[in-house]
Amino acid sequence: MADVSLHGVAKSFGATEILRDINLSVDDGEFVVFVGPSGCGKSTLLRIIAGLESVSGGEIRIDKKRVNELPPADRKIAMVFQSYALYPHMNVYKNMAFGLKFAKTHKAEADRRVRQAAEILKLTPLLDRKPRELSGGQRQRVAIGRAIVRNPSVFLFDEPLSNLDAALRVNTRLEIAKLHRDLGATMIYVTHDQVEAMTLASKIVVLNQGRIEQVGAPLELYRSPRNLFVAGFIGSPRMNFIKGQVLRAEGSNVTIGFAGTEATLDVRPGSVNPGDHVTVGIRPEHMEAGGAESTSLRGTIDAVEQLGESSYVYMRLASGDDVIVRAPGETEATPGGTYTAHVPTRALHIFDAAGLSVLPDQS
Amino acid sequence: MTIRPGRIAVHIALILYTILALGPIFLILINAFKTRRAIFADPLGLPNGQTWTTIGFDRVFANSDFGLYFFNSLTVTIVSLVLIVLIGAMAAWALTEYRFRGNTILSLYLAIGIMVPIRLGSVSILRMMVELNLVNTLTALILVYVAQGLPLAILILGEFIQQIPKDLRDAARCDGVSEYRIFFSIILPLISPAIATVAVFTMVPVWNDLWFPLILAPGDGKQTITLGVQQFIGQYVTDWNAVLASLTLAIAPVLALYLLFSRYLVRGLTAGAVK
Ligand SMILES: Nc1ncnc2c1ncn2[C@@H]1O[C@H](COP(=O)(O)OP(=O)(O)O)[C@@H](O)[C@H]1O
Ligand SMILES: [Mg+2]
Repeated sequence: MADVSLHGVAKSFGATEILRDINLSVDDGEFVVFVGPSGCGKSTLLRIIAGLESVSGGEIRIDKKRVNELPPADRKIAMVFQSYALYPHMNVYKNMAFGLKFAKTHKAEADRRVRQAAEILKLTPLLDRKPRELSGGQRQRVAIGRAIVRNPSVFLFDEPLSNLDAALRVNTRLEIAKLHRDLGATMIYVTHDQVEAMTLASKIVVLNQGRIEQVGAPLELYRSPRNLFVAGFIGSPRMNFIKGQVLRAEGSNVTIGFAGTEATLDVRPGSVNPGDHVTVGIRPEHMEAGGAESTSLRGTIDAVEQLGESSYVYMRLASGDDVIVRAPGETEATPGGTYTAHVPTRALHIFDAAGLSVLPDQS
Repeated sequence: MTIRPGRIAVHIALILYTILALGPIFLILINAFKTRRAIFADPLGLPNGQTWTTIGFDRVFANSDFGLYFFNSLTVTIVSLVLIVLIGAMAAWALTEYRFRGNTILSLYLAIGIMVPIRLGSVSILRMMVELNLVNTLTALILVYVAQGLPLAILILGEFIQQIPKDLRDAARCDGVSEYRIFFSIILPLISPAIATVAVFTMVPVWNDLWFPLILAPGDGKQTITLGVQQFIGQYVTDWNAVLASLTLAIAPVLALYLLFSRYLVRGLTAGAVK
């Protein structure tokens, strides 16, 4: 078991800077998810931790020891790749046992570990098969099995579910969560899918363009995103953003006008002044149909999606902003009609011109 | 499945090409077992009761060290083949996998080796072999053939190595597999179709070569089979029975090796095209 910490890690490929000044600590036994849009450097960061990529600057510590100079095999890590990376010419058993040969593991012990992993992952009947004779889900389990037998302190997963179909993805997600509970090992998991991040993580790291935008527990990020990027990235459908302006300010108490309504709430003292342009954020699921004129948004309905358990109403406000409302159950709304949605003040997020949240820290 | 006219045309073309390619071999085979008179009277006829003879083979074995020549050719071909495939694969792996200074220059240098025929250097090669005291040795031939075969082998094998997913090597590195082991246990098995391709492309010209055996190892019992056949071709009389018999014997091993590799060869040539 081990913790992992990154201190000022930077990475450039040639002249392009891919990661800059990454500082992060992962506690022993934690399940940390790196999430961010494609190309933001998640895989690169994971490969740096694995030792498959060198850093241009900074330090990586595993179990409190500097590992910058150690090869992957000596870092007590195991990695599961997006493409599974199974050895095509070896059967399932050999795929899992291959690495143990070089870790100077005793033959009987290696055999025991492989069979145990196969048992856990329900691979026992498949041990003699070649990878090409397996389904996607089975290959995925072999890849995980190959990681388990190494008995690593830290598991690294790079988008392990992205090649699976939707149903299998949910299943495997649950299996990975269970695996984490059973093994208690530290896990670092990369995904671009925020649902995977929310469901698996004990801590989410949101990455964007090679920088950490925010680190926190899933609900912490959902409730108090630190900036526009995190606010828009976490949550589905994404948070609505409406242009607004500060009308009045008395100390930390400010009144903000947006889309023909206004709201009065507390912000961090001195963070905004009257006249400042701000962005008002409101999640689709926090709006309610109807409500009084003064605290509601009113718009023309563009489209309606009925999902049964809820419905999405897409509307355009008079101010020109597009807004999605998630209404529970079914709705009578039809495209072309008008729709009114109440916006509770406590559900609002306010971001200043630089995109940073100005709400007081809730912690 | 409906048969389209385009398919028929392709098949006709392929059949004609096959006849063209196999015809000479077939002629050699049938005429090797015919009397001299029958060879000239009816070159296309199959041997029958009257024309059947094995005199050519008898003369080949009686009048020349055929066994020795055969052994020389086999030694040169197999040793060259093994060295080309092994060194070629290792070089291809190094050039595609590792970024080091001189990488590009080295690749370009090897590309030149494909384009410039090695025979242009015959004189300097001969001079060098004389200085090294390697004239009339099989080593001289092997060295030249390895140099001749390597550039193309590296190019072809490099292409195939590049197609192996990078994750595979990374997975092995996480597994603690050494770079040598990665090469021998993962890369080599996965490029075996390409190796078969390279083996066939390399083997045939080496086995058939007359030029370098003639200038580098023409004597001392180091002659190869192609050179051995020459002794039956005289300026005034040619012993056609013996020539055809020795050619027949010379074809046999290439044919055997070809059949051995061809199962992989087809896969090698089409690999990457589908998937
Ligand atoms: N070996 C490399 N050489 C050059 N650029 C690279 C290399 N690997 C990744 N990159 C670049 O680094 C950026 C981040 O890549 P990656 O970490 O794979 O993103 P993610 O996994 O978040 O989608 C991308 O813009 C990619 O083009
Ligand atoms: Mg990635």
